[in-house]
Amino acid sequence: MSRKSSDVYMVSGGVTKFRKADPSRDFRLRVKEAFDYALNDINLTVSDIDGSVSCYFSDHFMRQVMAGAMVQDYLGLNPKPSKRLEGGGATGGLALQSGYEEIASGRMGVCAVLGFETMSQVNTWKGNEFIALASDTDFDYPVGGFYTGYYAMMARRHMYEFGTTVEQFAMVSVKNHANAMHNRFAQSPMKLTVEDVRNSPMVSTPLTRLDICNMSDGAAVAILASEEKAFEICDHPVRISGIGGGTDTMRLSDRPFGEVPLLPNEKKSDYSGLRYPGVHSFRAGRMAAIEAYNAAGITDPSDEIDIVEAYDSYSSAELQAYEDLGLCKYGEGGSFIEEGKALLGGKIPVNPSGGLIGAGHAIGATGVMQSVFLFWQLQHSIKKHFGSEKAQVSNARKGIVHTHAGTGTYEAVTAMEAVR
Amino acid sequence: MTTNPKARIEEIEGSRVVTNVDPLIVKEHYEINYLHSYGQDSEFFRQLGKGKLMGSRCRKCEYVYATPRGHCMFCGSETQWHELPLEGKIHTYTTCYSGSESFLNEVPFHLVMVEFEGVNSLFMGRLIGADEEDIEIGMKVKVKFRRNLQFSATDVYFVPDAP
Ligand SMILES: [Zn+2]
Repeated sequence: MSRKSSDVYMVSGGVTKFRKADPSRDFRLRVKEAFDYALNDINLTVSDIDGSVSCYFSDHFMRQVMAGAMVQDYLGLNPKPSKRLEGGGATGGLALQSGYEEIASGRMGVCAVLGFETMSQVNTWKGNEFIALASDTDFDYPVGGFYTGYYAMMARRHMYEFGTTVEQFAMVSVKNHANAMHNRFAQSPMKLTVEDVRNSPMVSTPLTRLDICNMSDGAAVAILASEEKAFEICDHPVRISGIGGGTDTMRLSDRPFGEVPLLPNEKKSDYSGLRYPGVHSFRAGRMAAIEAYNAAGITDPSDEIDIVEAYDSYSSAELQAYEDLGLCKYGEGGSFIEEGKALLGGKIPVNPSGGLIGAGHAIGATGVMQSVFLFWQLQHSIKKHFGSEKAQVSNARKGIVHTHAGTGTYEAVTAMEAVR
Repeated sequence: MTTNPKARIEEIEGSRVVTNVDPLIVKEHYEINYLHSYGQDSEFFRQLGKGKLMGSRCRKCEYVYATPRGHCMFCGSETQWHELPLEGKIHTYTTCYSGSESFLNEVPFHLVMVEFEGVNSLFMGRLIGADEEDIEIGMKVKVKFRRNLQFSATDVYFVPDAP
């Protein structure tokens, strides 16, 4: 269905360890560290890069506009082409897709995607406020002003529609904190129980402190290349087999109650009586998945996908994503985690890196970080980068990266596939 | 000739707050006033003062939104104002124990999304007059209005309907 474009590969990646605060250096130097890591991994030099896409979420966190230009400058990429891309929490995921487009269009042979965010310069509550400015400031921000509150209401409705439990949400948190223990870049490795998660301070019912990711300072870089370039500069390139995007209403209250956009392996009768998306599911995620799967030739994601890096800003959001992404049917997200299918060693490991909950969330860097982690999984180079083989998914051939903005207002899903 | 090699910058009394020496971290303050227009949604905020909650109804496809929307998201047609009923049901809810800096003095507070009879979409607001454990999906609520208008979406709120 989609127009045939030139194949695009990811050839290298780098991330800084995400930290709650990293004041010893600024965002430019953090990106430089991730960029040099990526260059050194395949012996590239700055002169090999044809241009860049930079991305960060909010100008408020640093009160520096055009920070992307400062990164371009610091890395020595001037006077090559560059632009900044922003799309809420999906910023990194969208920027990766923008880099894909630079290559697919034939404009660039090698493109660097530069993600970063510095969230530590304001206190956590001010940070929550800046994030909440990404909700409708006339209607939603004044009454709630708190993204955890919005996601909590979505989680509550998911429980009502499908019988999902708070313990099932907590299992996602337990899994991701545990997976982070095998990832030296992760901010919050922890061995927890479901009880620990439920007993941590309540933030917004039913979500507790441990159901929620942390804000971070961090940077991540992905280097993409055309097919011709990829095999010349990299021994183990990974093909980006499809990109997909979806959107939904800015106000959660405006979401319609219609029908589920079906994946090839689903039938209309699977969802008779389900009013969709309402506020229980993310239509944008489903649309992004459909587009990416279509481009990648994936007809049954529950069978064909080996690994997922999903946007778990909240434990509930990861569980909801299992369904939006078609890893299971709508309503089966709770049993998917409870039966261990999302665990390392499970049917489809989700966030073997630890995800946002385990590895941290430096918004603009996050989607790029997720992509780098997936890239390493598909390269089977996790041991080299994480310092441990334990997080390596042994059969990883096909995977997806999933990112969210707003209450699923923009979503980006990118499919990748090992070629060697 | 107006050059003056002995020129000195004016010294400022006091100095900026330094919170750390290495790396050097200084405290900066930032404040701004916006003259914010509600534009085509202005009538919604004015009507709250008259005790009316206004949604919108598509002139063409007749979809009814519980929120102001100048144009329909399905067919692109212009909408007209549509007065919502003053009672509805809770579609989903949460109690926030934390929040953004501006709201910290208000926690804990309840957020609800409300469904109205004959209306196709929801409305988000605060619920007062109920304890966390009393709130449930399907619970009937009434629409209330702040008397001293703030011309904010918080001029409308919900309370539990009498049992
Ligand atoms: Zn219409």
